[in-house]
Amino acid sequence: MKGAGDTGVLIVDDEAPARSVLREMLSAQPGVRILAECANGFEAVKAASELEPDVVFLDIEMPKLDGFEVLELLSPEIAVVFVTAYDAYALKAFEVHAVDYVLKPFRPERLAAALERARDRAGRRRADSTAIAAAARPPGTFLSRIVVKDGASVHVIAADKLDLVEAQDDYVRLKSEGKSYLKQQTIGGLAASLDPQRFVRVHRSYVLNIDRLARLELYSKGSYAAVLADGTRIPVSREGHVRLKALLEPEGRPR
Amino acid sequence: MSALHPVLARKGRLVPFLSLAIPLAAVLTGLLARPGAFRFGEAISLSWLLAFVSLFLYLSVWYVARAAPLRGGPLLRTILTHAVSAMITSSVWVLLGAGAARLLVPLWGESFPSRYAAQVPALFSTGILLYLLSLALHAVLLAFEETREAERRALELQVLAREAELKALKAQIHPHFLFNSLNSISALAGTDPARARAMCLYLSEFLRKSLAFGERKSVPVSEELALAKAYLEVEGLRFGSRLSVEEDVASDGEKCLVPPLLLQPLVENAVRHGIATTVEGGVIRLEARRTGNRLRILIENPCDPEAPPRRGTGLGLANVRQRLAARWGSDALFAARRLADRYLVVLSVPAQVAE
Repeated sequence: MKGAGDTGVLIVDDEAPARSVLREMLSAQPGVRILAECANGFEAVKAASELEPDVVFLDIEMPKLDGFEVLELLSPEIAVVFVTAYDAYALKAFEVHAVDYVLKPFRPERLAAALERARDRAGRRRADSTAIAAAARPPGTFLSRIVVKDGASVHVIAADKLDLVEAQDDYVRLKSEGKSYLKQQTIGGLAASLDPQRFVRVHRSYVLNIDRLARLELYSKGSYAAVLADGTRIPVSREGHVRLKALLEPEGRPR
Repeated sequence: MSALHPVLARKGRLVPFLSLAIPLAAVLTGLLARPGAFRFGEAISLSWLLAFVSLFLYLSVWYVARAAPLRGGPLLRTILTHAVSAMITSSVWVLLGAGAARLLVPLWGESFPSRYAAQVPALFSTGILLYLLSLALHAVLLAFEETREAERRALELQVLAREAELKALKAQIHPHFLFNSLNSISALAGTDPARARAMCLYLSEFLRKSLAFGERKSVPVSEELALAKAYLEVEGLRFGSRLSVEEDVASDGEKCLVPPLLLQPLVENAVRHGIATTVEGGVIRLEARRTGNRLRILIENPCDPEAPPRRGTGLGLANVRQRLAARWGSDALFAARRLADRYLVVLSVPAQVAE
């Protein structure tokens, strides 16, 4: 599909005029081949895995999957340039994590400069996408859904439907509504993005949705097991027990 | 309320207050010049002194009236407080009168104080009556001051509400909308100059109207809808076939008055949290009609049932709720519901039209 030496580019924006101005300006750049234009996040993830672009120009606010969720699902060698109109928190996150971006509307020179930097970056691993997404969230807000790529398909799990997270080497296993999903992410990174009023790290390897907890059982002295509504038992560490207690029995309420 | 008696707080009030001594002295003269008490000249001289003393002495009732108000507070305690206070005040008055009688000895002879002593029971009763009169006058005065205070507070609240409204209005034009629109214009300028120009015009119309609305207290629904249409035209160019608009507006509904930019946050929500979250888009429905003495407005839009609420959904709704409450209090009804794949906002307010 790509000529030798050409930079393969994917344009992702849900607004047609926004795509057309990107196409117009990028086509004018030498050595650029536009592989596809996508109008939503799902299309973008699919096109990226099929067409293997070098650079993706990515809008943030889109239906189904937003720009940060798409970023998580793109293979880490693809360079990403965010294209956004206005989002104070996102811009701060881009600055902190050295993510390339252009602000709508943009001059051709600004776009060319961003393209140049992205070309240099392409093929090298990006900064951790969940860290970028976390930095772009306004303080006090948390992940409302989790995206998981499973071969060619993408699953979206609403955070309030997530029962349990289990660490498995470099992956986390997510359990939700009787199904189980594997995602490449550290459990610490995921736990930090979830609402701490709802999700508790009960063990080095487990994060529990507190709504699913049926009861705590004493194993031996100082060691507990959490029993979930569906009967699943998971270990609770000493620190996990302290965290769980703090959440279940806020200060001022009788024990 | 200040610690100083209102009569003493302002210079202009002192002269009318002091002139109260004239009727008071006249009444006291009548009392003291009874046959068997004092001669007329004696009665006049004593009455003037007693009248002036009472004026200032009975000012103190103000403080008692404030400490034990006639309304509110336990009844028995109020009665007891004023009974004790009345006796003390009257006793002090009678004692000061005895002092005055002594002062008048050079004028009316050595027997004057003892003749005064014979009048003490009558004067004491008069003192009690004066206390009750003073209490009644002070109660009226207090009620008057309270009303004024309440009015002042209501006015202050009104000013605050208006300020909050203006602040809310200023935050209306979202930078996100503005920059996205400018980006669309930038895009169309290359490919479709005629549409780029149309978009410039709609955007200008929207901005001009928004700015003009900030100055006004009320606008007819028709103007609110015209603003919404200019806004939706701009957004229509961004979203293309994803955004269509349906209107069901009756002419009697259009004439009703609402606070300016009331509907704008709702229309913006319908686009930003509705149309923009769906791949296919859909129809934004606007309804406005008058039924009897109520105006009912409905805004309906499609939304992605699986999408979590985007940032800032609540802000627009809170803004509208606040402004409805500031204008109509509990007379305004407001409801927002998320159905399976639609979002529905309904508001009902008293129908008001321009004079």
